[in-house]
Amino acid sequence: MSLISRYLEENGIPTVMIASAKDIVEHCGVARLLFVDYPLGNPCGEPYDVTQQRQVFDMALDLLESAAGPRTTWDAGLVWSGGNAWKDLVFTEEQPFTTGEALVAWKARKEKYRELKAEGKV
Amino acid sequence: MDHVKYIDKTTAYYKGEGYEKPYAWAHYDSVPFTPLSKPLSECKVALLSTSEIAVRYDPETEDNPIVEDGFRAIYPVPTNIPTDRLYSRADAYDANATHLEDINSFFPVDRMHEALAAGRIGSMPDRFYGAYNNYSQRKVLEEEAPKVLEYCRADNIDVAVTVPV
Repeated sequence: MSLISRYLEENGIPTVMIASAKDIVEHCGVARLLFVDYPLGNPCGEPYDVTQQRQVFDMALDLLESAAGPRTTWDAGLVWSGGNAWKDLVFTEEQPFTTGEALVAWKARKEKYRELKAEGKV
Repeated sequence: MDHVKYIDKTTAYYKGEGYEKPYAWAHYDSVPFTPLSKPLSECKVALLSTSEIAVRYDPETEDNPIVEDGFRAIYPVPTNIPTDRLYSRADAYDANATHLEDINSFFPVDRMHEALAAGRIGSMPDRFYGAYNNYSQRKVLEEEAPKVLEYCRADNIDVAVTVPV
């Protein structure tokens, strides 16, 4: 997503990204990033918390208007309501990131891609 | 508490799984920047998401309102589909900590409609832009990014909000 945002900026379209993987986005480098320090999956606010989601979206629009140059990161200043324990557990052996089901789906997609490629469709 | 270092964590994790060569995350020294050319209240705003959005429909009685013309390529999501019919097919999220049951927590379509109604943004195109999670930077740069730009130009987009899941 960072690569697409950069491409749009290069071609004259201002962008703002709302994301939680701050290190990955900043490693790539984008024009404007609203960082929401949440588990991957809910960068636009906690599920069903409409007020907070409005706050996040408004902040992203403020950032669009305010950033004076590239690599402008704002921290939305939110703390996950369940606490920060998820940060210690993510990508650990006791808690693998992907479920077995997701891995099976990924392998199926890879196989499908190979088939399409063999048929010259991709 | 400091933010999660996903690059370090995934590198260590996959090394533990037996993958010696770490994924080379995209990295650039220079960053392009385009300033806003007019007030946001006059801008047409696009929304792009990698949440692999799909729509619930009855294949017996209707066609899928989302028409995809490539394999895991950029695709349009009509903005008039009721939010409660949308769902995410993405599995690259922290399933231990949260869920993707509320579309607006990662694909802020209702929040965007509200911003439009409030006059905070000028207008929206009649489609959101859907994308898949993709590990191939070549595919993103050579196929997806130009496709998104093509959508933006066709829709006269002034600014884009992008949301990776």
